[in-house]
Amino acid sequence: MGTEFAYYLEMAVRSLRRNPMLTLLMVVAVALGIGACMTTLTALHVLNGDPLPGRSGSIYMPRMEPRSADSVNEPLPPDQVTWTDGMALLHARRATHQALMLGGEVTLRPDDPSIDPFIMPARYTSADFFPMFDVPFQFGQGWAAADDENRAHIAVISDALNLRLFGGGNSVGRSIQVNDTSLRVVGVLRPWRPIPHFYDVNVGAFASGEDVFVPLTTARQTQLPRAGGIHCWGAGSTEEVKMETAQCAWLQFWVQLDSPAAAGAYLAYLNDYVREQHALGRFELLKPAQLTSVEALMDEEGVVPSDVRLQFWLASAFFVVCLVNTVGLMLAKFLRRAGELGVRRALGASRRDIFTQLLVEAGMIGLAGGVVGLALAWVGLLLVRLNPNRSAQLAHMDLSMLLTTFVLSVLAALLAGLLPAWRACQVPPGLHLKSQ
Amino acid sequence: MRLDIAPILAALRRHRITSTLLVLQIALTCAIVCNAVFLVTDRIRWMDTPSGIDEDRIAAIRMSTPGQGVDIHARAEADLAALRAVHGVEDVSTINSLPFGGRSWTSGVRLDLSEKVPVASMAMYYGERAPQLLGAQLQEGRWIRPDEYGWIDDIATKKVASSHVVMLTQPAATRLFPGKDAVGQMIYVGDDGYRVVGIVRRLANADLNRATIGEAIITPFRMLPTYGAGYVIRTAPGQAGTVLAAAAAALKKVDARRVVTEKTTYAEVRSDFFASDRALAAMLVGACVVLLAITALGIVGLASFWVAQRRRQIGVRRALGATRGDVLRYFQTENFLLASMGIALGMVLAYGMNVVLMVHYELPRLPWGYLPAGALSLWLLGQLAVLAPALRAAAVSPVEATRG
Repeated sequence: MGTEFAYYLEMAVRSLRRNPMLTLLMVVAVALGIGACMTTLTALHVLNGDPLPGRSGSIYMPRMEPRSADSVNEPLPPDQVTWTDGMALLHARRATHQALMLGGEVTLRPDDPSIDPFIMPARYTSADFFPMFDVPFQFGQGWAAADDENRAHIAVISDALNLRLFGGGNSVGRSIQVNDTSLRVVGVLRPWRPIPHFYDVNVGAFASGEDVFVPLTTARQTQLPRAGGIHCWGAGSTEEVKMETAQCAWLQFWVQLDSPAAAGAYLAYLNDYVREQHALGRFELLKPAQLTSVEALMDEEGVVPSDVRLQFWLASAFFVVCLVNTVGLMLAKFLRRAGELGVRRALGASRRDIFTQLLVEAGMIGLAGGVVGLALAWVGLLLVRLNPNRSAQLAHMDLSMLLTTFVLSVLAALLAGLLPAWRACQVPPGLHLKSQ
Repeated sequence: MRLDIAPILAALRRHRITSTLLVLQIALTCAIVCNAVFLVTDRIRWMDTPSGIDEDRIAAIRMSTPGQGVDIHARAEADLAALRAVHGVEDVSTINSLPFGGRSWTSGVRLDLSEKVPVASMAMYYGERAPQLLGAQLQEGRWIRPDEYGWIDDIATKKVASSHVVMLTQPAATRLFPGKDAVGQMIYVGDDGYRVVGIVRRLANADLNRATIGEAIITPFRMLPTYGAGYVIRTAPGQAGTVLAAAAAALKKVDARRVVTEKTTYAEVRSDFFASDRALAAMLVGACVVLLAITALGIVGLASFWVAQRRRQIGVRRALGATRGDVLRYFQTENFLLASMGIALGMVLAYGMNVVLMVHYELPRLPWGYLPAGALSLWLLGQLAVLAPALRAAAVSPVEATRG
C-alpha cells in the first residue's frame, strides 16, 4: 500500500507538471476560495470565542425585574441590578463566588510631575472578581471581602499599567495616584483580556480589559468616575450622590455556580428574594428571576456584528463558486488524459486504481491550494485589522484555524475531484488504443 | 453571417457535465456579484447621509479634569472664554454629541402624560446654541432664545425653572406629529412638558440606526463637561484642523492637570462613524473582482480544453470550407449561449439571495437595474475570456483533418 501510494503520488506530480497552466488555475481557484473563507471564519471564530475557557459554563448573571409596571415593555429583566439588590445578593453569599461590579475611567497621575496624567479604564468590584473569573496574577493577589467592608484604599493593576508606572517590577506595596486618592497596589495581573468583554457589555462588547481594579465600596466613597449603562425608571435619576438609593439598574452582578443543582438552588433563592421584595412593595411586578449564562447573554446582546456574519456567508458562496470552478477544470484535465487512462486500463489497472490515483492528484491540488490560501488568508486578516473597529482588530489566526485551513482545502479539493475522477474511470479500456 | 446554434447545442450536449458546471458557475457569480454590488451601493448611499451641519468648520475637544468641589459653572465659563480667545475660533459651546459622533443620548418621549409607555425614544442634543453653532438650518418657527437656556445641573436639581421649550428636527416632527404642524405642540420627556418652538431642516443624530438617523430633539440646556459633554468649536471653512491644536493648548493652559481625552475635527468623526461600512464595501468590491477573475479563468480553462479536444473536427470543418471567422464565431456563440443560460439562472438566484438578505440584514429589495447590468458584464467577461482559446481554434489549419 505504501509503495502504491508513493507511485500514485509520483504519477500525480508528473501529471500536474504536464499542464502547468491548468494546474495553476485549479490551485489558484482553491486558494482564493479557501483564503476568503478562512479570513472571515477566523474573524467569526475570534468574536464567537469563549471568554473564560473551561469556566464560562459555571458563570451566571442573576436577573430580576425591579422596574415599575408602567415602565416595562421588554420581555427580559434588565442585565444590571440596583445597588440595593446587588448588595443584598452579594452579602447573602449563596453562590461559590459572587461579585458586584461597575466600570469606570480613572485619571492616573505619575509621581514625576513632568509626565502628563493619563486616563485608563477601571473596574470597581468586590473581592470575588479575581477567583471567580480565574484572573491570573503576576505579583501579589486580589483583596479580601474584609477590604470591601473597610473601604480599603487599595488597587490591583494591569501588567501594562505596571510597566508604564513602575517599569514592570514588583510594585506590590507601592502607591498610585488615582484621581484625588492614593491607593496601595496589592496585586499586579498578568496580561488578561476576556473576549468578548462579557461581564459588562455596556462599556463595549469588545472593550479592552481594565487597568485599575478598586474595591467598589472604595470607588463609590471617593467618587471615582463611572462608565457604562444606566437604566432608570419611575423617579430614578442619575444624580451621583443618590445613585445608591436611586431606582436605577447600573451594576453588574455575577455568580459562580459549580453544578446544575447549585444553579437550581440559587434560582430558587433568587425567586424567594423577588417574592420578599414584592411583599415589601419594592418590586411592583412579580416576575420570575432568571440565571443567564455567559453564552446566552452574548446571543441576546448580538455581540457578533451582523456585518461579520454577512461576510462569512458571502465568503462561503464564494468558496462554492471556486469549488464548481475546480470541478470543471479537473474534469477538463482528467478527460484530456482519456487516452492515457485507457491504455492503463488495457494494461490491467482497475477502475479503483485509476480512481485512487486521480483523487491523490486532486488532494495534492488541495494541499497546494491550502498553502497559497493560507497566505491569502493571512493577507486578508491584515486587511481586516486595518478596520478601525475594535472587534476587527482582534482577528488573529490560531493553531486550530491553521489546521482547519488545510483540512478544509484538502477536503474541498477531494470533493471537487470525486465527479471528475469517477467520470474518468468510465473510460473503456483499449478504446483509445486503436487511435494512438 | 452564419450562426450555428443547432450544432453548438448538439456539441454542448456531448459535454453535458462540463457545460452544466460552467453554467452553474456563471449563475452563482452573477447572483453574488449582483447582490454584492447592491450591498456596496447601499453602503455608499448610507455613508453619504447628510449631517445637516457645516462639516468643514467643526472640531471637538473632550477633557477630563480630576478634582471635586470646584465651581463647575465658573470652570466651564473660563474654558469657553479661553477658547473664544483662540485665533480662528468663531464660536464655541459645550455640546453633548455630534451628528454621527458615536455618543448618542436618548430619552423616551410621550405626547401625553397619561401615556404609560413612551411613544418614541429619541436622540437629544444638549448645549447652548448647539444647532446654530453646528450650522443647522432653521426651517420653521424660531431658535431657542439665549434667555431660555439654563444650566443643566441647576434645572435637574430644580434650583432654576426650565424654560420648557424644545426644537425638533424635521424627521422627528414628522414622526411625532404626522400630518400636523409640530410648532406649538407639546412633548413630554420624563414628567416635564416642553413646547415645540422651531424645526430644523436637518440634524443627524449619533445613532447607528439608519431608520432614525435624522430624528433629534434640541433642548434648552447649557451643558457641562462633567456631564459628559465636550467643547465644540466653529472656525472658518476648512480651518477646523489647524485651529484645533491651538484650542487644546489654550484649554491646557487654564488647568495643566487635565487630560485631553478626545481631539477631533468633524471630518474624522464622520469617517470613524462609517469606518466599518467602508471596510465592508472595500471587502465586497475586492471579492467581486476576484470572483469575476476566477470565472474568467474557468471559462478560459474549459474553452481551451474543448478547443484541444476538437482540433480534428475543426480541421475537418476548415477543409470543408469554413473560414477562420466561422470557427471564431462558433466558439463565441457557444460561450454566449452558455453565459445566457448562466445569467438566466443567476437572476433567479440573485433574487433568492436578496430575499434571504432582506430577512436577515434588513436590506431593501434588489432594484431591477442591477440584473441587466450584471448580465451585460458577464456576457462581456465571457466573450473576452473565450477570445484567446477561440483565436487558437481559428488558427487550426485544414491539414489537421488529415492527422491521425
